[in-house]
Amino acid sequence: MGSNMAENHPVGFQWVMEARERGAEVIHVDPRFTRTSAMATSHVRIRPGTDIAFLGGVIRHILESEQDFREYVVAYTNAATIISEQFQDSEDLDGLFSGWDPASGTYDTSSWEYAGATVTSSAGQRDRGANVGEAAGHGGHGSGLHADNPPRTDPTLRDPNCVYQILRRHYRRYTPEMVARITGCRPEDLTAVAEALCRNSGRERTSAVVYSVGWTQHTVGVQNVRSAAIIQLLLGNMGRPGGGILALRGHASIQGSTDIPTLYNILPGYIPMPHARAHRDLHHFIEQSAAETGAWGDMDAYLISLLKAWWGPAATVDNDFAFDYLPRITGDHSAYAAAMAMLDGTMKGYFLLGENPAVGSSDSRLHRMALAKLDWLVVRDMVEIESASFWRDGPEIETGELRSEDIGTEVFFLPAAGHVEKAGSFTNTQRLIQWRHKAVEPRGDCRSDLWFMYHLGQALRDKLAASTDPRDRPLLDLTWDYPTDGPHDDPSPEAVLREISGWGPDGRTLSAYSELKADGSTTCGCWIYSGVYADETNQAARRRPRWEQSEVAAEWGWAWPGNRRILYNRASADPEGRPWSERKRYVWWDVDAQRWTGADEPDFPVDRTPDYQPPSGARAMDAIGGAHPFIVQPDGRGWLFVPSGLLDAPLPTHYEPHESPVPNALYGVDASPARQQMARNLNRYQPSGDAAGSAAYPYVMTTYRLTEHHTAGGMSRTVPHLAELQPEMFCEVGPGLAKERGLRHGDWATIITARSAIEARVMVTDRIRPLEVGGRTVHQVGLPYHWGSRGLVTGDSANDLFPIVLDPNVHIQEGKAAACDIRPGRRPRGRALREFVQGYPREPLPAEGSR
Amino acid sequence: MPDSPRRFRPLRVIDAAAAALTSWPILQQLRHDHLGRGEAVRSRSFDAIEPRTSTADKVTQSICPYCAVGCGQLVYSRDGEVTQIEGDPASPISRGRLCPKGAASRQLLTNERREYQVKYRRPGGTEWEELPLDRAVDMIADRMIKSRAETWEATVDGDGEPLPVNRTLGIGSLGGATLDNEENYLIKKLFTAVGMISVENQARI
Repeated sequence: MGSNMAENHPVGFQWVMEARERGAEVIHVDPRFTRTSAMATSHVRIRPGTDIAFLGGVIRHILESEQDFREYVVAYTNAATIISEQFQDSEDLDGLFSGWDPASGTYDTSSWEYAGATVTSSAGQRDRGANVGEAAGHGGHGSGLHADNPPRTDPTLRDPNCVYQILRRHYRRYTPEMVARITGCRPEDLTAVAEALCRNSGRERTSAVVYSVGWTQHTVGVQNVRSAAIIQLLLGNMGRPGGGILALRGHASIQGSTDIPTLYNILPGYIPMPHARAHRDLHHFIEQSAAETGAWGDMDAYLISLLKAWWGPAATVDNDFAFDYLPRITGDHSAYAAAMAMLDGTMKGYFLLGENPAVGSSDSRLHRMALAKLDWLVVRDMVEIESASFWRDGPEIETGELRSEDIGTEVFFLPAAGHVEKAGSFTNTQRLIQWRHKAVEPRGDCRSDLWFMYHLGQALRDKLAASTDPRDRPLLDLTWDYPTDGPHDDPSPEAVLREISGWGPDGRTLSAYSELKADGSTTCGCWIYSGVYADETNQAARRRPRWEQSEVAAEWGWAWPGNRRILYNRASADPEGRPWSERKRYVWWDVDAQRWTGADEPDFPVDRTPDYQPPSGARAMDAIGGAHPFIVQPDGRGWLFVPSGLLDAPLPTHYEPHESPVPNALYGVDASPARQQMARNLNRYQPSGDAAGSAAYPYVMTTYRLTEHHTAGGMSRTVPHLAELQPEMFCEVGPGLAKERGLRHGDWATIITARSAIEARVMVTDRIRPLEVGGRTVHQVGLPYHWGSRGLVTGDSANDLFPIVLDPNVHIQEGKAAACDIRPGRRPRGRALREFVQGYPREPLPAEGSR
Repeated sequence: MPDSPRRFRPLRVIDAAAAALTSWPILQQLRHDHLGRGEAVRSRSFDAIEPRTSTADKVTQSICPYCAVGCGQLVYSRDGEVTQIEGDPASPISRGRLCPKGAASRQLLTNERREYQVKYRRPGGTEWEELPLDRAVDMIADRMIKSRAETWEATVDGDGEPLPVNRTLGIGSLGGATLDNEENYLIKKLFTAVGMISVENQARI
């Protein structure tokens, strides 16, 4: 779901095809009929933005038919855990959960906690979205769990306040008929999918769920993924071979750039960036951020080893290991907030390092206008992308909104080295770190970003070397002494990977994160990558051919953490440590050797007996029981219900997209109340649901990629073969819509929202069909988003149409579901374009100071 | 008019025709190359060329730069130039296969739109200008120091009491998902030490 794997991850899809040839059932649930649908056993069509309704229907089916894998559910999930009596469900409050504060538009999540747990952090202490979003991945910061105060449970699952019963009540209304009414599928489609999943799960069988940005780019993106987590936990499909929830990511190292984050709110290894209010010093930071129990219980060791990696001898016990060298966050400083800061004049200088927001970000026009407000801009790319040239040939030059002479932005374009012109590692979508060797030297001024960062750092340090200003100490004390070689003094990527992996007091590289200490004696740039340079060897460069090893392929590259290929794989055995079945045997307890063993590295303390009960006062990993596989969660259990860490809901529930042609059939609340809105003149919203004016935007639109192009086109629109294969921007419409609006195949159409209007060639196809939603016929418009004003092939950018409205947990925009109008013919040019768009209804801007 | 009939040599034409006929692929295929995978598909121009994979002086193991599946690539190069990129059959992920993008990735490196020189646009400028690379890095460092000084926050107001933040919200960066782990590490490390907060990448899009 939310993925067109055959077209966007085609080489990965060979494994799906191979599974199908061996008898697997492949189900594709997606608004469009794509090549993935064509190769699947069945295809179910749903309206964009209604995935939670569909998945909620699956959850209801599993619960009502009691087909959950009960032994797994009781032992390994929090189904039996009792939730606070203060908790009220969205079913009781017409679409709101308890704790809603209408004034701030946020939730106080304390009533979502486990009963009896001490709440160690209140939502009021933190600014909106400042810290909690990524903390969700940590499973339970502030969940207040202690080994001495385990959560209350009812293993019979009968207590009305246990998670299992709350789930049952929450999803009771997600009947096949209701799901059909919301999503536009047929009731029998839902039942068939749910039955297929149940049939194919349990001791002998497992099912996998695959998703992509079709799930994440929504105001409820995190909740989409959470819905799958509930299904997979109920069916016992996590931590087992053939199971799991597989995110197919779209950039070569997007996983790596999340693990070793170029993200504002986390440090390497998902340690939160310290927050000004909550994290005054190291002690408070650990107290507030680290769970007492589970793998996060050793966060102090991970963080202090990172501080040692960055500031070496300047990080001492006496100065909190230079903890105050870390700048503090106070709110949302994400990329969209940065664009707003450019427009407001507070963001002065900006680096674009292989990203093209002038095409790739929602409401792209806003980003082009924002770049024009900067004092200076550095663009590092292989070709002159739109984000480098907005000042001379951007669409706003044509409309007259911008004039080159008036744009004050100083632009530096630095050509980048390609992937074979430098050595380094990518982390793929399965956490597998694979090293690339350098094949050739880059030509001319082309350099790697490693070269650029290293030499920029040297220049800054040279210029500030004599400074006595305390703010320059973090830069001057930074460990920045990488060996260099070659004609351009390239810093050694192996030396950087070695620092990421870390070393002990003797200077020898570490083999696992469990060796990290909180006393400053170990150094490690990213704790989850610890061991990638074990034995002074680049483990990511391992290339034992597939035909010389098992299908786990443990000697090809290195997967974090600890070269474990399936996370939580202790769950592939039953609570006593025996494989659930011979057919699905993967990791198990070897009674004779008294160790966990199997096909993979156990994702569990290797000598922990299955019957281990944490002693009183146990902390960190010692507090994880022998039958609790989910070791990063403070209670070692998979969370069906999320008591802490999410901002918008403890359970997924259906909300309409921010802009939808229909109201919410379930609640009086249409869209997710906690969604993050950023309305302003360049980001106007349009009427939605039943609101006056919404009829001007009667169609649902969604965006997608094509096999032959890559994201915003910077790596494909200048590649001759790819440009020739997909030469022109187009829109997909069904025959019904084509008839309704007079659109002809091959002619032009103009697609309009409150942000802009773009033109595209019309493709009339049965692949995209109208859906019956709540008694109405809703037509869909499909838009690839690869084009911009430059390259061998050019075209309008689909992202010009989309609003900036975000998932509050992770600040991801809703780029997969919105409402639009479509007309035959080309769009107006010049000034007439803005006048045309302004002829459409829009929401009034909120008063200053309101949300 | 005067010479052509006299120069016409019928025997030579017949010889040529006979040679062409015997090398006619369909006849060759019928006579001895039944699958049409050997002699039948050869020609003189075919025999004169060699695959780029066999003329390479170096083969380097690499990984595809497009999506996150992580397909193995073999990079063939000669005299320091990439001549061909193929799938790596040893990869347990891709088993030698590449999609259209991966298969076209040599052109990602060699296409004529690729930039090899630094380009500079001054404020209000209407054209690009040339700039030496070292000078560009030096100027960028100056701009960073200046903007950082202008926008530095030592503290922010926390309901009446000053909260230390030691940062700048005046400089940001975007990108990293197409780069190496090592590069991301240095970006985060350097920019955090400078006090920058808004360090972001494609993971949110």
